Amino acid sequence: MTEAVVDARNLLCPLPVIRTQDAVERMQPGDRLQVLCTDPGALHDIPAWCRVHGHRIIGSEQHDRNITITVAVGEKDN
Amino acid sequence: MAEQPKAVALISGGLDSLLAAKAVMEQGVHVEGINFFTGFCVEGHTHAIRKKDHKRPKRNNALWVAEQLGIKLHIIDVIEEYKDVVINPKHGYGANLNPCLDCKIFMVSKAHEWLKSHGFDFIITGEVIGQRPMSQRRDTMPVVARESGADDVLLRPLCAKNLPATRAEREGWVDRDALFDFSGRTRSPQMALAAQYGFEDYAQPAGGCCFLTDKQYSVKLADLWSTRGERRYEFDDIMLLKVGRHLRPRPHFKLIIGREEGENRFLEGYRKQFTHLKPVTHSGPLALLDGLADDDDLNLAARLVARFSQGRDAEQVGVEIVMPDVQPRILEVSPLPPGDVQQEWYL
Repeated sequence: MTEAVVDARNLLCPLPVIRTQDAVERMQPGDRLQVLCTDPGALHDIPAWCRVHGHRIIGSEQHDRNITITVAVGEKDN
Repeated sequence: MAEQPKAVALISGGLDSLLAAKAVMEQGVHVEGINFFTGFCVEGHTHAIRKKDHKRPKRNNALWVAEQLGIKLHIIDVIEEYKDVVINPKHGYGANLNPCLDCKIFMVSKAHEWLKSHGFDFIITGEVIGQRPMSQRRDTMPVVARESGADDVLLRPLCAKNLPATRAEREGWVDRDALFDFSGRTRSPQMALAAQYGFEDYAQPAGGCCFLTDKQYSVKLADLWSTRGERRYEFDDIMLLKVGRHLRPRPHFKLIIGREEGENRFLEGYRKQFTHLKPVTHSGPLALLDGLADDDDLNLAARLVARFSQGRDAEQVGVEIVMPDVQPRILEVSPLPPGDVQQEWYL
């Protein structure tokens, strides 16, 4: 299992989603991705993107403006 | 074709693309969505910046549509490539700096590239003949198909019966008789179809989903090009045009003044790149100064910023001025009287 981190701090949605999507594309099922961001919109958009693509959110933390969302990469069919 | 046909749908987050994708899914086609981020998209950024908007339900409409449909959505960053569409639109602009026809051609061509690299069979859009004055007219819809290179792999399910049959119809991937013949600006057929499909909640964008259709935004972009002496922009430029009051009191500089806490916080991210001003004796906005300013200009800028502070009625307001690589200093200024803030300064 690979763990990776994407720094999407100071980016506004949908850019954190796009950075997440681009990182997940390079990963394998079972890998974990930590997304660091500051736009609260990411708390809605990244889980929504994960739901439609079959990935799972396994952690979501917010300290002041700093948000960390952890994604477990699911199966990919194309 | 023995395999299930596959279509990629341009999903804007509005009702038409939702219905177009659904109509094709109803026919047993595998559909995935694609959404392009140009930097001018209205949703997302503006909601995130302004504090007063934090109370609104925040959702990315394209993702929401994908969830309603149960399809994947691929969001593509086209910020760099899109510059050429905005700066050199072959078919010109609409009422403002909106290059709608070139934009549609660009997006369909990008969807066509995606289709080829992912082994999909055809493209779906929510276009309706006569719906938009520039990109969705009977005479311009064939231009989109032709100049995008998509030609007859482009299916517009909502008005397909008003157009020649496309490959998806000829190959039997979709039944043309089960598609639609919508036309014109009326929304009634779409609303009836939404009800038929059971969609009760959907985005109803007022004024479009692109800042380039906004008159005030276009004025600011035109001002940016005019003062730079060339038509170019960076991503940060077009973000800053969405935020704050923009005043140009002199031809060689303008001020971007935060209107509320969320905008001030957003502008703070640009402090290292710009000369910036902030009242220190009273509560007040952060302002970025874009351009060149001598001491007289800085004094005027400080008086303007004081005007928009809580010290607007005070005799003197202390305004800190921070310039890149220069020791910060504080100017004690009298706020500019309201009558001296000229209307033509506002962009």
